[in-house]
Amino acid sequence: MTDFVSRRTLMKGAGATLGAAAFARALAPLTEFGETLDMQGMLQKHYKELSTEDMHGVLRRLEEKTKEEYGAEVFIDDVRPIPDVQFGYALNLSACIGCRKCAEACHEENNHDRATNNSYIRVLAIDKGTVDLAFSETDYDGFVPQKDKYYMPVQCHQCDNAPCVKVCPVEATWKEADGIVVVDYDWCIGCRYCEAACPYHARRFNWSKPEIPAEEINPNQAYLSNRVRPQGVMEKCTFCLHRTRKGQMPACLEACPTGSRVFGNLLDPESEIRQVLLNKRVFVLKEDLGTQPRFFYFFDE
Amino acid sequence: MKTHIRSYPRFLWRAMGVATDGSWVFYTWMTVLTAIFLVGANAWAHQMVGGMGLTAMSDHVSWGLYIANFAFTVGLAAGAVMMVIPAYVYDDHDMHDVVIIGEILAVASIAMALLFVNVDLGRPDRIWHMTPFLGRFNWPISMLTWDVVVLSGYLLINLHITGYLLYTRFRGERPRRRWYVPFVLLSIVWAVSIHTVTAFLFSGLGGRPFWNTALLAPRFLVSAFVSGPAFIILALQVIRRFTDVKLPFGPVWTLVKILRVTVFINLFLVVSEVFTEFYTGGSHTASANYLYFGLHGHDALVPWIWTAVVFNTAAAGMLLLSSKRQMWLIDIACVLTFVAVWIEKGMGLVVPGFVPSTLHELVEYVPNELEWRVMFGIWAFGMMIFTLGIKIAMEIFAGRMRMEPAEAEPEPAAAEVA
Repeated sequence: MTDFVSRRTLMKGAGATLGAAAFARALAPLTEFGETLDMQGMLQKHYKELSTEDMHGVLRRLEEKTKEEYGAEVFIDDVRPIPDVQFGYALNLSACIGCRKCAEACHEENNHDRATNNSYIRVLAIDKGTVDLAFSETDYDGFVPQKDKYYMPVQCHQCDNAPCVKVCPVEATWKEADGIVVVDYDWCIGCRYCEAACPYHARRFNWSKPEIPAEEINPNQAYLSNRVRPQGVMEKCTFCLHRTRKGQMPACLEACPTGSRVFGNLLDPESEIRQVLLNKRVFVLKEDLGTQPRFFYFFDE
Repeated sequence: MKTHIRSYPRFLWRAMGVATDGSWVFYTWMTVLTAIFLVGANAWAHQMVGGMGLTAMSDHVSWGLYIANFAFTVGLAAGAVMMVIPAYVYDDHDMHDVVIIGEILAVASIAMALLFVNVDLGRPDRIWHMTPFLGRFNWPISMLTWDVVVLSGYLLINLHITGYLLYTRFRGERPRRRWYVPFVLLSIVWAVSIHTVTAFLFSGLGGRPFWNTALLAPRFLVSAFVSGPAFIILALQVIRRFTDVKLPFGPVWTLVKILRVTVFINLFLVVSEVFTEFYTGGSHTASANYLYFGLHGHDALVPWIWTAVVFNTAAAGMLLLSSKRQMWLIDIACVLTFVAVWIEKGMGLVVPGFVPSTLHELVEYVPNELEWRVMFGIWAFGMMIFTLGIKIAMEIFAGRMRMEPAEAEPEPAAAEVA
């Protein structure tokens, strides 16, 4: 009897050892993931809790990391909102020809993954005679503009009542003082609740580590906008805050060959955006949802 | 107190012994589960390295099989309350003896639900950002934070109830009502809350008309009261037939009676939803159209949802027409309705919310092999917890796992009463 018990205990021990070994083996690929992590990065605080010195350290570390992983010399800045500026954007649907130059410029400016040809802008080709998006397509080909279509580029609407900001469980996304909705890529946990919440399909997830050749990387970067994003986090259009907060125009606007795009400070009475809002018949997409977008559409004729 | 310092480790030690000791059937079952779990763990490890891009999800359908199973397992946990209510609210004595099975199911299901959310995260290494005070917990604005609160609360409540009842029985004492009955009553309300919050997670999103319906939370609850009892009936049947544990038949029949009602309410709610969607029409019906009939040649979910419709209807008929002598028919009905609810509340709810996308693009989603592996791995893990929990509970209830009187030091009775 004792012999039987000890044999059974022995078997149990062998079973447990085997099980533990198999478990370790099964999880072995994780070591590769661990190598991509560094202690400072893992313990980094939320954007709003970083002091000026903290931020300095973080930016230098991120620059080094980009150098190491992508072989590109970049400069990452922490560009803050300008006081008394509220950004707004308007798009002339009568002028847009659906050439997608804006989407292309976004792709390059914002250091998007080359493999997926990602961009923060989707251009819809909609049947004339309707505003129902069900009669639209994004994967159109051939010459533009087509006679029976009009074109509607859609990017983040920087909503004042943003569903994506509400749903984030860790406050990794928020609305800045100038109205731009940003993401702290180093704080996001990648649950993609915001992606489900956004009514405009404006958010993107980094399903894999972005691939960009060193020579194609835009070196003028900001922490909250176009720096190369880590794998497994959300990203979105920031109205090119690394440019616009320094007085430049967004890349998509500069690329537009038809002048369909109007960007500026809503608080400035002289600004073009104010003139558009005052004088054109302007509408916002899905107004019934109460998201209060900062992105307006208008027909010019 | 002093005796607990001695007897609690002994309780854990003996429980470990029971958990690793059994018949060849038990060993085979546990080995198979372990193997499946390891395959799942390995698939997840690969996903961690290669990124979520290794799954079939995309920016168009950004939640898939994992979140589908999350919604379902939360329901399974809430469904266990259908044993607790008869046992404690209606004082059904037979049910009282087996109610612990429901509570163990709740623990196992919550464990699965939490794992399903975690494998869906792009950055689980940052999960600490969710801890209140240490991270930034967006409570009470984000429904996901509510879900974290109610799910972990439900887990703790059920761990306390099962742990307390088993431990006192192990010590050969009668459990004291005030140490567990208030928690049991709390667990009833809490069970409703976990599934309500999980439904609100979806129904609160105005941009997704398919989810944005007030009927979602009631539907979640009712379907939970279908899948929960169905699973427990099957578990009780297995225990009665394949182990030497003697269980009364009464609880099985009580659950069948409950199921006979809930399965019809569930069908009624499905009909209400379908009517409102299709009678109204318009582009808000696009998702429902995609789900039931396919849209512009895209119809990946059509076979799934019609399977659910047929299974649920067939199960309802079988349950209505069967008698106590036709338990085989009831067993089949339970399997059918369990699978049907899994489809309906899982893939049938989560995926159409994304198809068409908010800009009306039609991109479909079919889970790939890696996702299936991870899913089965988590289910195997949940079934391991369930099996071990039941095994330990049954050993204790049968009096085979009990502290020897010599193991406990004699203690003045007065100290315990306080």
